[in-house]
Amino acid sequence: MRYEIRLSGMGGQGLLLAGIIVAEAAMAQGKNVVQTASYGPESRGGASRSEVIISEKAIDYPAVIEADYLLAMTQEATDKFFHEVKPHGIALLDSTWVKEIPAGNVESTYYFPLTETAIEKFEKAIFANIIGLGIICESSKIVEPDYLIAALLDRVPKRYKEMNQVAFETGIELFTNGKIPKGVAGQAVETV
Amino acid sequence: MGDARVQLLQGNEACAEGALAAGCRFYGGYPITPSSEIAEIMAFRLPQEGGKFVQMEDEIGSIASIIGASMAGVKAFTATSGPGYSLMMENIGYACVTEIPIVIVNVMRCGPSTGQPTATGQGDLMQARWGTHSDHPAITLAAASGQEMYDLTAKAFNLSEKFRMPVTMLSDAVVGHIRERVVLHSPDEIGIVQRKLADESADEYVPMDVDDSHIPALANLGSKHHPYYTGLVHSGKGFFTSKPEEVEYFIRRLSLKVEKHKDELIDVEELGTDDCEVCLVSFGVSGRAAINIAQRMRDAGKKVGHLRLKTVWPFPDEVIKSIAAKCHTFVVPEMNLGQLKLEVERAACGEAKVIGVNNISGSMITTHEIYDVVKEFV
Repeated sequence: MRYEIRLSGMGGQGLLLAGIIVAEAAMAQGKNVVQTASYGPESRGGASRSEVIISEKAIDYPAVIEADYLLAMTQEATDKFFHEVKPHGIALLDSTWVKEIPAGNVESTYYFPLTETAIEKFEKAIFANIIGLGIICESSKIVEPDYLIAALLDRVPKRYKEMNQVAFETGIELFTNGKIPKGVAGQAVETV
Repeated sequence: MGDARVQLLQGNEACAEGALAAGCRFYGGYPITPSSEIAEIMAFRLPQEGGKFVQMEDEIGSIASIIGASMAGVKAFTATSGPGYSLMMENIGYACVTEIPIVIVNVMRCGPSTGQPTATGQGDLMQARWGTHSDHPAITLAAASGQEMYDLTAKAFNLSEKFRMPVTMLSDAVVGHIRERVVLHSPDEIGIVQRKLADESADEYVPMDVDDSHIPALANLGSKHHPYYTGLVHSGKGFFTSKPEEVEYFIRRLSLKVEKHKDELIDVEELGTDDCEVCLVSFGVSGRAAINIAQRMRDAGKKVGHLRLKTVWPFPDEVIKSIAAKCHTFVVPEMNLGQLKLEVERAACGEAKVIGVNNISGSMITTHEIYDVVKEFV
């Protein structure tokens, strides 16, 4: 059925690229896909958003109606989109930037420092989106990892292919090994 | 990864590829949001295909350049948005009167004048019909998806070549930038149409000689036929005439080209229009929200139908009339203040109520706002 993914944060976090990779992987897997993104001045440093809709059937309405999966990489994006996630949906919040989880009834809210992990492991914040993709892949099971890796390697510059693959696999391992904690909606989190 | 002809393409990319597949080998344009990717891609792709790209000084130059290229026998197009489309109007009229095949893609943005460049809208429906002055024919298509950006752009070339006139393809900021699965067809699958060229000797060539189709054969500039083009009303050899019967014949004939072939030109997508009580009527991206609501309400047992116009001009009067005889209400969702609604009202001729759902916020019309109106009538 129709599965709606919203990737949100700020310009420069690679959300558009992440969306295109998910869309390409799902399409290679034989699904119908629609990918859209925020556009214009706001995508240069301000709030940024990319959406992917995946379906076995033809996709009519090309925007998220109620998200099955939300990735939020800023507090602003969390505040704006957390309440538009389905109750049985999943939210993944980057705790490097998100310090407060809004009240709501999203069943699975994962809360993990994607950006800090990227800086620690790769000395570059830019890999946070790809670690996130690994976690999304493993927690949603909506697209096979092999297809995501193929789409990822197809879209990134040659000299960064290996690091991107490691970043993706890092996300998968962290989730598989139960290293991604759940956050509690409505609770403020101790700021570091 | 699988079939190379199936690609994840942005709507604007699909448009450029559709034009190339249809045989376009010249692009003259002036980049404007949200159509700019089309110019960018054509600048890259045309030289690969042996074509030419020229970035013109403005939109007036752009449309003039594609008319010139087409006169010389090369399939040509330009892409723009509302403000650029406005600047092109005078020469669109010139192409109607000189009967030169050209394609214009208008990726619509929000609002009048400079408006909101990065936001979406559907406010140029009437401009596509009546933007250039006086009585003239118009063929306008409207794309709702990446696939249609490819298919309808290619179709626009075929129609312009066949009918010897400008064809506009309307799109919008959402469809221009959406990325979707697009199947690229071969020229054989598309069925490429080439203009009918004069086949008589240069001495015998009469530019305005027409058969029942009302479409004269064309002689390319630079051919031995030495064609002469003018925006003045012309007859016979193609020169100015002021004889009332010739003037009347000429102006009527231009419109008859479209009127006589309306059945061939009309292209609609229908869902449940045979048995509906309420029928949604839409064009372009609004149709994607409309069909979502129509399908969901049908699944819930409600008699809701949907009609989406892939050809908006000529308008499918007969289709609307036949649905009006069966349904009691039309609901017309569109991202303008009711331009399509006016036409539906005219064609329905009082047989059914016509209610508008109008979103001019710059955001795509939502399923919720359509549902809120439709539920009041079922």
